[in-house]
Amino acid sequence: MQPTPKQRLWMYEMMVKNRYNEARLSATYMEGKSPLFNMANGPLPGEMHLSDGQEPCAVGLGAHLTKDDYFACHHRSHAQALAKGVDLKRMTAEILGRKAGLSEGRAGHIHIFDYEVLFWSSGIIGQNMGPAVGAALARKMRGEAGIAIACIGEGGANQGGFHEAMNLAAVWKLPFICVIEDNQWAVSVPKSKSTAIASNADRAAAYGMPGERVISNDPDDIFAAVGRAVARARAGEGPSLLELQTVRLQGHFMGDPEVYRPKAEIAAKPEMDPIPRYRRKLIAAGVMTEIEADAIVARAHAEVDEAFAFARAAAEPAPEDAFDKVFV
Amino acid sequence: MSVVEATAVKPAQKNRNERKLTIAKALNEAIAQEMRRDKNVFLMGEDIGILGAVWGYTGGLLAEFGEERVRDTPISETAFIGAAVGAANLGMRPIVELMFVDFYGVCMDAIYNLAAKSSYHSAGTFKAPMVLTTAVGGGYCDSTQHSQCLYATFAHLPGMKVVMPSNAYDAKGMMTSAIRDDNPVVFMMHKNLQGMGFLGTIQGAIVDVPEDSYTVPLGKANVVRDGTDVTIVGLGMTVHQGLEAAKTLEKEGVSAEVVDLRSLAPLDRDTVCRSVQKTGRLIVVDDDYLSYGVTAEIIATVTERDIKSLKCPPKRIAFPDIPIPFARPMEQHCLPNVRKIVAAARAMM
Repeated sequence: MQPTPKQRLWMYEMMVKNRYNEARLSATYMEGKSPLFNMANGPLPGEMHLSDGQEPCAVGLGAHLTKDDYFACHHRSHAQALAKGVDLKRMTAEILGRKAGLSEGRAGHIHIFDYEVLFWSSGIIGQNMGPAVGAALARKMRGEAGIAIACIGEGGANQGGFHEAMNLAAVWKLPFICVIEDNQWAVSVPKSKSTAIASNADRAAAYGMPGERVISNDPDDIFAAVGRAVARARAGEGPSLLELQTVRLQGHFMGDPEVYRPKAEIAAKPEMDPIPRYRRKLIAAGVMTEIEADAIVARAHAEVDEAFAFARAAAEPAPEDAFDKVFV
Repeated sequence: MSVVEATAVKPAQKNRNERKLTIAKALNEAIAQEMRRDKNVFLMGEDIGILGAVWGYTGGLLAEFGEERVRDTPISETAFIGAAVGAANLGMRPIVELMFVDFYGVCMDAIYNLAAKSSYHSAGTFKAPMVLTTAVGGGYCDSTQHSQCLYATFAHLPGMKVVMPSNAYDAKGMMTSAIRDDNPVVFMMHKNLQGMGFLGTIQGAIVDVPEDSYTVPLGKANVVRDGTDVTIVGLGMTVHQGLEAAKTLEKEGVSAEVVDLRSLAPLDRDTVCRSVQKTGRLIVVDDDYLSYGVTAEIIATVTERDIKSLKCPPKRIAFPDIPIPFARPMEQHCLPNVRKIVAAARAMM
């Protein structure tokens, strides 16, 4: 299954949009944090996990999903959120802790919740597996369209709940896909020191489901693999496991000095960046020209700038709003 | 207030025969009626299908509703409680069985981080209408990991309701309310009240239960005996111990009022304070561990609101801060009982 030119252009635009969004978040995050870096300071306090480099996983997935597909994501979720169609203005406002944010400022960047497109993310590793399986169960019980995806990192595949949820999804033959974004690093621990086998796709055999690993971090390859798993889920044939090798171009969180990362790997980051590579590929394939590519970039940047203008102008929540929404 | 209360239905009380049910049977009836009423209600958990649940409240449901809606699960609490949250997010109303409250240790993240925070950190958009059932309590020599109550552990964590009925009437009405509630509800069942063939049952828990569907609101305490000299506050089994103690005290000329909390979250502080304002004396009885628990919360509430309502220092009777021992003499020594309540009341007079 190959993406159409239109789908390829969409994937390129979403990748560019995410990358610029991360750059603007990064700059905003650093405001008020120098000369002394303190996570608690500035207009964007707290933790910040950027998704630079992992965009191909997000767009290869997002190109196949509709707003009826339930998507439970990990903590490095910005690219996935954009590709799923999360409202960028309200997401940015949430990350900046504004009343106009998706959760009215109660959640922050780790917990992006947009019910309109059934997307959420969480910072507890592997926590999203069970809920995605349950959402798939709900879709199946009601005979509704829509599948469910849990997206975790390769570190999440070593959680006990991963095994429980994979088995449950398989024994009930649910329209569920587990996507592992393998960026090689679980905070500071490399996959080779945390995982007994090279490919987590091999684990699919333990649950009697298909498993596939994509190593290129290329949107087209990921699109094809996701397409097979989505088709299987939509046809009622059961769950699938995908492992997508990708790259974490930033530290685990902003402020992470990455002392654990080999210098050669840090030096090689520019070559590992999937976005310039995909741009060259689409231009070479005649899908777009340099001028068209620049126009896409400009459009994506304008949209992000608009979202930041909206978020920065938005009001903060009232202190007493903290007491609302504990119960519905 | 909640939708549940607004739609509360008073059962037809006239012209019908008395029908005494165990809590297990009453819960079964509530669940069956709600499953007939709402196709989104379904059951999921360990041994709830052909076995009818270890705690006896799902018998016959598999036959009536089939395997789709009465789902035996693998022993994977993290997965299936997490799955309940995901299904609930999409509008289902799962009832999930955790069997023994002691088992929460393997799946607490799904309870307190997923279910309990789903509404809050999504500004109410990702609702989690689900009931988590679990059995509590010891006194029958089931040792350290099958006898705990852990009320305070759950009630401490915001975002979920935590309730426990002391009798079959409340059990049916509270379960109906819990299923219709749009929030996660931890529904505790006390083993000594449940009505199991393999375990003794306090007879006071087996009461008349109307056949028609009805609701008992969550978050409302119940004054189960009026009195003027001392307030005895409990929940579940300790309510019955309080009632027994009140009978003994009555013979001695002491009039005890007994309050059944029924719900720990939300906690009906008004009913407790009103009672203490009347009696001036307070004993709180709890079979959960003593420190940082229900007894402390109740006493703190009364003293913060109106310390002058107390004529003497309040008394708490609870399980000491030790794991629950197996051998009968040790366990019985530690549990609250009627004798301890009576002695506490006498000492206050």
